Amino acid sequence: MKRIYMDYAATTPTDPEVIKAMTPYFNEICGNPSSLHSFGQEAKHAVEEARGVIALFIGAGGDEIVFTSGGTEGNNYALKGVVNANIERGNHIITSSVEHHCVTETCKFLETRGLKVTYLPVDKYGVVDPEEVKKAITDKTILISIMHANNEIGTIEPVAEIGKIAKEAGVYFHTDAVQTFGHLPINVDELNVDLLSASAHKLYGPKGVGMLYIRKGTRIKSFMHGGDQENGRRASTHNVSGIVGFGKAVELAKESMENEAVIQTKWRDKLIKGILDKIESSRLNGHPVKRLPNNVNVSVEYIEGESMILNLDMEGVACSTGSACTSSSLEPSHVLLAIGLPHEIAHGSLRFTVGRFSKEYDIDYVLEILPKIVSKLRAMSPLYKKEKI
Amino acid sequence: MVDIKNYSEKVMEHFKNPRNVGEIDNPSGIGKVGNPICGDIMELYIKVEGNVIVDAKFKTFGCGAAIATSSMVTELVKGKTVEEALQISNKAVAEALGGLPPIKMHCSVLAEQALTSAIEDYKKKQGNK
Repeated sequence: MKRIYMDYAATTPTDPEVIKAMTPYFNEICGNPSSLHSFGQEAKHAVEEARGVIALFIGAGGDEIVFTSGGTEGNNYALKGVVNANIERGNHIITSSVEHHCVTETCKFLETRGLKVTYLPVDKYGVVDPEEVKKAITDKTILISIMHANNEIGTIEPVAEIGKIAKEAGVYFHTDAVQTFGHLPINVDELNVDLLSASAHKLYGPKGVGMLYIRKGTRIKSFMHGGDQENGRRASTHNVSGIVGFGKAVELAKESMENEAVIQTKWRDKLIKGILDKIESSRLNGHPVKRLPNNVNVSVEYIEGESMILNLDMEGVACSTGSACTSSSLEPSHVLLAIGLPHEIAHGSLRFTVGRFSKEYDIDYVLEILPKIVSKLRAMSPLYKKEKI
Repeated sequence: MVDIKNYSEKVMEHFKNPRNVGEIDNPSGIGKVGNPICGDIMELYIKVEGNVIVDAKFKTFGCGAAIATSSMVTELVKGKTVEEALQISNKAVAEALGGLPPIKMHCSVLAEQALTSAIEDYKKKQGNK
């Protein structure tokens, strides 16, 4: 059976070009970048080259890029680092109710340490209102953290506007750009961000490497202590091959992301329209236009997400759901609840995300099999019957 | 996250080909349990003749485990007396399915509750006669 991967938002396959670029750095060029000998210096050169490529890509300086182990570390570092360095100035952070768990859980942890956190609501599309951000700022606010685009429903947040508000108020602004980095144009000055996190494996790079952009002059404390790598801002031996792969992934993104966005937007809209046309009582989650080019998130009423995923998987299609049945908490996705979906509709959500190696056929195939799966499950559903009588 | 591949072959088999889906006209008893908020709703219909459950059908809104346990419980009760059926525990349903992942055990509890509730409904109707 042909298998179709439609979960690019979870992770992307590493591009063969990236693997090729990384390979020599496992053995041929084996030095530790912190070593003074030529082996070390070769590795250091590669790390610095990747840093330059990544910095240029977002309009930053090389010394403003700190390599991390990925998005979760970047977000933890940004939040905890800024709080630790600025706690004398204030004890308040503003974030949204639709952030990735690695932001919300970090905020919850900080709350146990006495920090005050405002979780801003979103509208029915998942958009944060910049005016609400403005209103939430107090003289104790030290950091605002709002994601660039949502990982579940794909909604793109008005980050540049929020950044402007933060700047005027003299509050640091962080954005989690894990879903947009390498997919949408990013310029740190245009977005008015002081901190921005990214992860390589979301743009066809390897897993286990990412970066945090830290604007020069930002007061932040390191949270990995040890050696003086990354100018003392992130101890630990560099993941040399990973960093090289990240750099290569960014080079590839630079060339192809504009075209890819055009193609993926077309497929995205075809899949959305197809699902809404073919399946009654289905709805789009997230903003219809201000959304990631590759993200489709729909709710299919009267049935549950995991049972759809299992059926799709049996037909070779891999996607994801915000249903509780896939989490240990038994609570559906906080994002779907934040946009106002009732529990039973949140349980029936599906997320399809396409990418570089997708084909238009994949969309057609999903549109062929999904309505059949939905009919089969609805025939079993006690909710469907009740609504129909 | 639950690895959906953690389901036993038996669970997947019942999920793919659920037995006894549907409703029974003029059932002897109906059990309706669960709620949409937790993402599981089970409806179990039984037909009792001479104290023996001669038919059982279900309708379920829920995950793979919820559907498989519903299917299994309808299989287990058929041909049993009402008293025997009341002895069927959630563990027995789970075991008959070759086990369930720990966080899915609540689905088997739901199946047991649906069965108990259907039998209670049957007894109530009997009492009213």
